[in-house]
Amino acid sequence: MDLSSISPVTLIVSLMAASTPILLAALGELIVEKSGVLNLGVEGMMIIGAVCGFIAAVTTGSPWLGFLFGAICGAAVSMIFAVLTQYLMANQVATGLGLTMFGLGLASLLGHSYTGINPPLFSQIHIPVLSDLPVVGRIVFGHDPMIYFSLALTFAIWYFLTRTRGGLVLRAVGESHDAAHALGYKVIRIRMLAIAFGGACAGLGGAYLSLVRVPQWAEGMTAGAGWIALAIVVFASWKPGRAIIGAYLFGGVTVLQLNLQAAGLAISPAYLSMTPYLATIIVLVIMASDKKRQSLNAPASLGKTFFAST
Amino acid sequence: MLRLEARPEPSRAMVLLTPIIAVVATMIAGGILFAILGNNPFTAIRIIFWDPLFNDMVASYTRPQLLVKATPLILMAIGLSFGFRANVWNIGAEGQFIMGAVVGGGTALALYPLESALVFPLIIIMGGLGGFLWAMIPAILKIRFNANEILVSLMLVYVAAQFLAAMVTGPMKSPVGMGFPVSRNFNEYQSAFNAELLSNTGLHFGVLVMMGVVIVGYIFLTRHIFGFQIRVSGQSARASKFAGVNPHTTVALCLGISGALAGLAGLFEVTGPAGKLSTNFPLGYGFTAIIVAFLGRLHPVGILLAGLLMALTYIGGELAQFQMSIPAAAIQVFQGMLLFFLLGVDILVNFRLRWASTKEAR
Amino acid sequence: MNLIKTLLAGAAVATGLAGAAFAEEKLKVGFIYIGPPGDMGWTYEHDQGRKAIVEALGDKVETTYVENVPESADSERVMTQMALSGHKLIFATSFNYMDHVMNVAKKFPDVKFEHATGFKRADNVSTYSARFYEGRAVIGHIAGHMTKTNTIGYIASYPIPEVIRGINSAYLAAKAVNPEVKFKVVWAYTWFDPGKEADAANALIEQGADVIMQHTDSTAPMSEMKKHEGIIGFGQASDMGQFAPNPRVSSIIDNWAPYYVERTQAMLDGTWESTDTWHGIKEGMVEIGEMTEAIPAEVRASAQELADKLASGEVHAFTGPINKQDGSAWLAEGETADDGTLAGMSFYVEGIEAEIPN
Repeated sequence: MDLSSISPVTLIVSLMAASTPILLAALGELIVEKSGVLNLGVEGMMIIGAVCGFIAAVTTGSPWLGFLFGAICGAAVSMIFAVLTQYLMANQVATGLGLTMFGLGLASLLGHSYTGINPPLFSQIHIPVLSDLPVVGRIVFGHDPMIYFSLALTFAIWYFLTRTRGGLVLRAVGESHDAAHALGYKVIRIRMLAIAFGGACAGLGGAYLSLVRVPQWAEGMTAGAGWIALAIVVFASWKPGRAIIGAYLFGGVTVLQLNLQAAGLAISPAYLSMTPYLATIIVLVIMASDKKRQSLNAPASLGKTFFAST
Repeated sequence: MLRLEARPEPSRAMVLLTPIIAVVATMIAGGILFAILGNNPFTAIRIIFWDPLFNDMVASYTRPQLLVKATPLILMAIGLSFGFRANVWNIGAEGQFIMGAVVGGGTALALYPLESALVFPLIIIMGGLGGFLWAMIPAILKIRFNANEILVSLMLVYVAAQFLAAMVTGPMKSPVGMGFPVSRNFNEYQSAFNAELLSNTGLHFGVLVMMGVVIVGYIFLTRHIFGFQIRVSGQSARASKFAGVNPHTTVALCLGISGALAGLAGLFEVTGPAGKLSTNFPLGYGFTAIIVAFLGRLHPVGILLAGLLMALTYIGGELAQFQMSIPAAAIQVFQGMLLFFLLGVDILVNFRLRWASTKEAR
Repeated sequence: MNLIKTLLAGAAVATGLAGAAFAEEKLKVGFIYIGPPGDMGWTYEHDQGRKAIVEALGDKVETTYVENVPESADSERVMTQMALSGHKLIFATSFNYMDHVMNVAKKFPDVKFEHATGFKRADNVSTYSARFYEGRAVIGHIAGHMTKTNTIGYIASYPIPEVIRGINSAYLAAKAVNPEVKFKVVWAYTWFDPGKEADAANALIEQGADVIMQHTDSTAPMSEMKKHEGIIGFGQASDMGQFAPNPRVSSIIDNWAPYYVERTQAMLDGTWESTDTWHGIKEGMVEIGEMTEAIPAEVRASAQELADKLASGEVHAFTGPINKQDGSAWLAEGETADDGTLAGMSFYVEGIEAEIPN
């Protein structure tokens, strides 16, 4: 085995691209869960975003419109979940799983005639001088705009949750919907907005997958990314900054195991493929055993149904 | 304006009526979908809901097949329903299903070619144990470290799937399989084969166990102290403390039971209908079972019916695919719709719709 | 028990007669697919074969298919439903359908089954597969000439004989024209996962591979290659022509159409017999996709010559002297591999510096 053939710089660059879809989806779900709603349909919303973004980009020739349309469609399909759980008080776990099933099927139907087509190119930005710097140039200045957007979004969500009144209201609703309702906040309306935001982020993550990362449309192409996004939210104990760590760690282990194989490491690929999931469990346990912090961050009303009886 | 008003108690009539409303609504919405895709909606609906039960060409075969397809779903859903009632969220039944098949099936492969009447009972125990132990991981991490069981059990699904891949490409690979990552076929091993009990009916031992579990589950839930305990735990932590229920015991019991049942489902599936271990063995039954559990309103009898309905849409969907060239994706969308409608109309059980003036609604 | 059997048989007879009266004795041919026809790879080519039957035989046949059929009891049920509803010829197009094909075939002796890539046969079950390794030899030849870093990356699915055979065949052909060549193999443990396949291609490129071969079914590795300068690859299963002329410089195409038409015709003629078919470039079951301008003209010519010789039988992809990876002798000078060894191949040839996972 020749480990020196693995370059840390290229590893970091490729892990950032590999992690961005799950980071975007996880950020959306983080807001949803902070509002006290558990939407297990991330996978379904992602794949709808992937197919709709792809169709829009191919039709219009603009990847930017593709991202926009992917986000809109992700939000649109999340409204099924929102209406069922918020107005009709359906169970969130079952509805979320149903959304995944529905989304996967609908995406295949929509994308039927879009297989085997190349989408318009979405190129990396290249800043003269800066992007050509050794090491730093590629890691800091050598990405496509969506990666910078995902980082900016992380910061914006952190700012929103901790520094704005809107964030305070959102957290209050997630903490105790009855108390928030008594204070005069429109619990259901806030949650509808949060769910739509989550759907848009998942759709954006899906569109990144089909427009940049793969870039192709193929049935079932999300291949479980939505579930990973869900894991990362809890892993991050509902903090946006930690979501980045979680997503990059997961993407990093995935990319690293393929690199180790290419370098000739003779361990069964099956065992190597387990490592991202085992790593997630271990970090989860370490974080969770710090009971005080965990309980401070977990939204107390998560997954509970709200009905305004008065 | 329409508004919801809580019923003083759940409506019995609606408990029975809502599933019918949902199925009819799905037929209408699904019919529109099929019409858009260029198929005759009436034929499509007939093929999906009617033909698997009553078509004289295929029904004699498909009727028992409904039970076969539904068995793993129902077994797992009943196990899960206890946990869901007690707010213990095992999302990883799929992983426990796989581990039941690997541990139980692996035991059988290790014993091959020993023929004995004890082999089958032994592998059933090992299958249940495999699922049970796999579910104990999230249980212990939850009890000891307060780690979220939704996530741990979900992550373990992927670990189990990779473990299965490692097994069938390594120690459990069939010596007569030409190097393919597939285990020995269990129908070559009489003592371990979960055979059809009546030929051409598809009925196997797992179907009987499933029926037994429905009955026992019903008794547990309605007549036994355990049913009371989990319902109390589900209501609030304080209430359960007053009732003298140890929350740790509840977590361990709920995850343990659902894990063991999922393990059994995996074992019966691998030694019978599936016939062998392979990387393609996991089909997402563990996730579908969660849906079945909720469709059945977390009640054993409801779950039995929900599992059969789910199986009907799968089998009818296959018929519709090759008789009408309806794409598999359309069937999946159709199943999603059915689920949404069933979940949506459920509200009528506990609430009634009332016309109210805008002022009153405020 | 017997009653049920009688009922079943009775139903089959009754519907068979009714069906015949209505359908003017159209031959019903069913297909079960492991993936969707839109995968642009494995299932796509089988579906092309199905369409070829319709085109060639028109009104005499009616074809149906079910997509995304898991290799489980579900496949057995689908095939049984097909048999019960009057299908007389059923193509099962994935390896793990094997035991389920055998089970259904036992129950319906009058229905003929064609199972792709399997090895179990019966009076009414034929098997067929393609000598993909011949195509691998041709692209290996091109790869050996084209690599500048002398490093060829290989995205493999599962360590099964077909995949190992392909790696060996490509390696031997590459080595023959470029003794310095090295293979790096990544096992994806999946047939279809675009994200993972793209990652695997990326990892190989990062480690110096400038020619990528894939034995997984999505086009994601192609897209990944396209992002890098000077990386080439080959279409797998289907032509993947949308990536020509670069990075896709050629391809191995599974062409099932001639075989499917021939077997269906045999059913119509009443001459169908159980057979074991393993066809290669000669019979057209394996096709080499158009070689693009990215390949120098002389390499295109020599690759075509190799393909022609493989077709004529003048050259065998595995011709001695070849040692196994551990150095033990396998084929002596001039000796060619027998089909039995090839069918169950589970070792690398000498020179490959990787290990087969187990």
